[in-house]
Amino acid sequence: MSDAIVSQADSSQPAAGPLLAVDNLHVEFRTRDGVAKVLNGVTYHVNAGETLAVLGESGSGKSVTAQAIMGILDTPPAFVTGGQIRFHGRDMLTMSAEQRRLIRGEGIAMIFQDALSALNPVFTVGFQIAEQFRVRRGMSRADAKKRAIEMLDLVKIPNAKQRVNEYPHQFSGGMRQRVMIAMSLALDPEVLIADEPTTALDVTVQAQIMDLLAELQRERRMGLILITHDLGVVADVADRIVVMYAGRVVEEANVHDLYANPMHPYTRGLLESVPRLDEKGQQLRTIPGLPPSLTRIPPGCPFHPRCSMAQAICQEQTPPLRRLGPTRSSACHFAEELVNRE
Amino acid sequence: MSEPTPGSLTAATAAGPTIETDSAASPVEPSPPDKPRGFLGDAWYDLRRKPLFWISVTFIAIFLLMAAFPQLFTSVDPQYGDLSRSRGEPSAEAWFGYDVQGRDVYARVIHGARASIVVAVLSTIGTILIGGTMGMIAAYCGGWVDSLLSRIAEVFFGLPFVLGAIVILSTFNGPGERRSPVEIVMLVILSLVVLSWPVSMRLMRSAVLATKEADYITAARALGAGPARIILKHLLPNSVAPILVYATILIGSFIGAEATLSFLGVGLQSPVVSWGVMIDEARQFIRVSPFLLLFPASFLVVAVLSFVTLGETVREALDPKLR
Amino acid sequence: MSETILEVRDLVKYYPVTRGVVFKKTIGHVKAIDGVSLELRRGETLGVVGESGCGKSTLARVIMNLDRPTSGSVYYRGQNIFEQRGAELRRLRRQIQLVMQDPYTSLNPRMTVGDLVGEPFEIHPEVAPRGSRRRKVQELLEVVGLNPEHINRYPHQFSGGQRQRIGIARALALRPEIIVCDEPVSALDVSIQAQVLNLLEQLQDEFGLSYIFIAHDLSVVRHLSDRVAVMYLGKIVETGTDEEIYERPTHPYTQALLSAVPVPDPASRDRKAVIRLTGDVPSPVDPPSGCRFRTRCWKAQDVCAEVTPALETRPGSDHPSACHFAEQRSIVPTHGV
Repeated sequence: MSDAIVSQADSSQPAAGPLLAVDNLHVEFRTRDGVAKVLNGVTYHVNAGETLAVLGESGSGKSVTAQAIMGILDTPPAFVTGGQIRFHGRDMLTMSAEQRRLIRGEGIAMIFQDALSALNPVFTVGFQIAEQFRVRRGMSRADAKKRAIEMLDLVKIPNAKQRVNEYPHQFSGGMRQRVMIAMSLALDPEVLIADEPTTALDVTVQAQIMDLLAELQRERRMGLILITHDLGVVADVADRIVVMYAGRVVEEANVHDLYANPMHPYTRGLLESVPRLDEKGQQLRTIPGLPPSLTRIPPGCPFHPRCSMAQAICQEQTPPLRRLGPTRSSACHFAEELVNRE
Repeated sequence: MSEPTPGSLTAATAAGPTIETDSAASPVEPSPPDKPRGFLGDAWYDLRRKPLFWISVTFIAIFLLMAAFPQLFTSVDPQYGDLSRSRGEPSAEAWFGYDVQGRDVYARVIHGARASIVVAVLSTIGTILIGGTMGMIAAYCGGWVDSLLSRIAEVFFGLPFVLGAIVILSTFNGPGERRSPVEIVMLVILSLVVLSWPVSMRLMRSAVLATKEADYITAARALGAGPARIILKHLLPNSVAPILVYATILIGSFIGAEATLSFLGVGLQSPVVSWGVMIDEARQFIRVSPFLLLFPASFLVVAVLSFVTLGETVREALDPKLR
Repeated sequence: MSETILEVRDLVKYYPVTRGVVFKKTIGHVKAIDGVSLELRRGETLGVVGESGCGKSTLARVIMNLDRPTSGSVYYRGQNIFEQRGAELRRLRRQIQLVMQDPYTSLNPRMTVGDLVGEPFEIHPEVAPRGSRRRKVQELLEVVGLNPEHINRYPHQFSGGQRQRIGIARALALRPEIIVCDEPVSALDVSIQAQVLNLLEQLQDEFGLSYIFIAHDLSVVRHLSDRVAVMYLGKIVETGTDEEIYERPTHPYTQALLSAVPVPDPASRDRKAVIRLTGDVPSPVDPPSGCRFRTRCWKAQDVCAEVTPALETRPGSDHPSACHFAEQRSIVPTHGV
């Protein structure tokens, strides 16, 4: 069914374009307490077979962007006020609700942080996975159930044949996350968005899940968008990274460049403030202050009140996301000067 | 960052963004920086803005005034009856007409407010105090104490209200017994309290159970706070909201309950005047002199509505999920 | 070496699992802590790490005397804390304080900051005469980096990091000797974590505090701790200085744990040893016999099911480990200071 949409796009776009591209996306939340500008021109893209990490803290807008891509934002209070979200070159924001629904699951799938609330507690996991096959592929119950067992095997759940009849609460946290991954991959999506998939899991389980995601991505040549705040996880699995702050992308780089030479004061501040397993150091260098309230974002660069390098221009002009290399961008007036420090 | 705690601000499907507070300025409402605004303060801020709140408060104030100082509204003696005026229609001298014994209906309605409201308020206070205390004890102690108190509450809960009231009142105030008005009022209050305390016990119990496991209670225990301090300073203020709301609604329903009992003849009786008594007296004359029923009934309905509406608006203002 | 001020000996805490509504029947026990012993020395930070279900939160509660242990004892300066009553117990509480994980639920929303930080003085009036309390509260707010003029504000007017500072100020009020920190930074954003960690360090120097720092984040624990104890399913499996644990771990679980922690350095992808555990953590209601880790351990042999390994220094290593086959292995090469 989504073949129809994909082949239309294929005929008009060169195959080498990004699989999914967010272009200057603006989203507002209109609440009683004012209008919160949650996304202020977010631009990033992901190609087939690569892992893009979207790094940011709370309030940065990283999850809202993902929800906008999936089309699951609650409107009201959320309103998309500008920009495009292009899948295979076609802007999804101009599509009908039905067309977007078709893309969901087959083109782009999403997994969430809390598997327990994302899975329906009153249906068996087998039923929930099989449902996708029954409804979207028109399979018979028996066939759908067989495929469900295959999916559980794929995500390495032992005893899949028995466990397919169990309920979500009978699985441990890590196992539930695997079930959620199985569900999301059922229809063979081209892009998988993982929103903090391991934040609520123990670190040994986290390692297993991240390994699994990496393996599945390789096998299926999926584009993986990994949303997280964990600098360690990013260093381990990402190919490219975008750093978000106050609803915009402030830096983009491939993983080695970002850690070796951050080109935005916020990125640098983050890297310096994280305690490391392999270091016993002195005091952590912290970023003073707090992220801004989204109803009152400072003028100019949103980071300037906390930035040690801020000058007058930072308050007056919002720095655009400037391209500084083939995979390098930074939204800082003084990006170049950061390169040669320490 | 999506916090791994339940009820976190970033949910699986879309929710509002985390709106962080700037440390230097005050939060999003336009209030002066250092004005203390707790949870109740925020609720008051909302409440002030609801027209329904002010309407109900105004009416309640009027009724309370009526109950306390009936002489402000009328100088006519509600007990004085002139049979020659029996069932006289409303006119310029008597706005609400005269009842079957020739008494001024308007004066009786005004004076009737006192009995109705006193019964309702005292019953509410009694119900809340008894039910609330039992609920607090049950929830705080847990274990067999909780089981015991809950089972007792369930027994009382199962008693049908009107039937139970009739039984209690006819037992203690049977035909042939002459009890003073004060005693009758006390009996009515007693029966209302005895039959209604389980609900407030349940409310308080669930509110306290929900609060008991909160981290800040643990923190207080870690500091060395004793049970008295924990109950009075920590548990009570945080579980009182649902009870407050329930209390206002309860007053309203007790006004109606008192009227019902009086109507059935087991509650207040002449010479005590209440709206219920008046409705009872108007029973036989509904077809011929409907105004005898109309006026006390409307006052009753408006009074009940005011209290219930007040309760609703307060509940909405205190409900954190709606904010 | 400084004196030992807190000693935990063979602490056991089981929670009964009951069934029934009116009459409850015990059908089993959650063996949350099953024989834990440790020591805290004056001025040091003892880190306790483990994943969910290891019993570290229960350990915090029992040490704080919020729950009575099933057996075992905790000695503060020679006094068994579970034998204290009344006034003695209250005096004891002044010395051991608690900072909790969730800044959004650990402060009573109906109390002002001043009330919250001043409550310790009301519970223990002998510490500060009534007139001086307000001033002391303001001093405490300043010490933790908050504006003392905000003394009349309510918790919801502060951010998560600031609320955590309020909690720290409250714990500091009585000038305790020991502060048990139960995951104090886990619920905070990365950049705020660093601020609070620095604050904790600074306060330790300034007030001569000793910390029991409980967390699941190994990087954070390493940063702050002098010595570390690793917990698994209710027992301590390895303990040593931060260097010994992080650079020369000997217990397979510690090694697996270290291997799983991602390091914020892409270059370490190749340098780190990769150990992946399979399966789930067994239920604490029915833990495996002998060594509890054996069901997921690649070294497990018959003896592991029969004999519970004691926490003692094994041949070939310089710190205690509870494994019959303890063997030193470097997982994460250390660099930096």
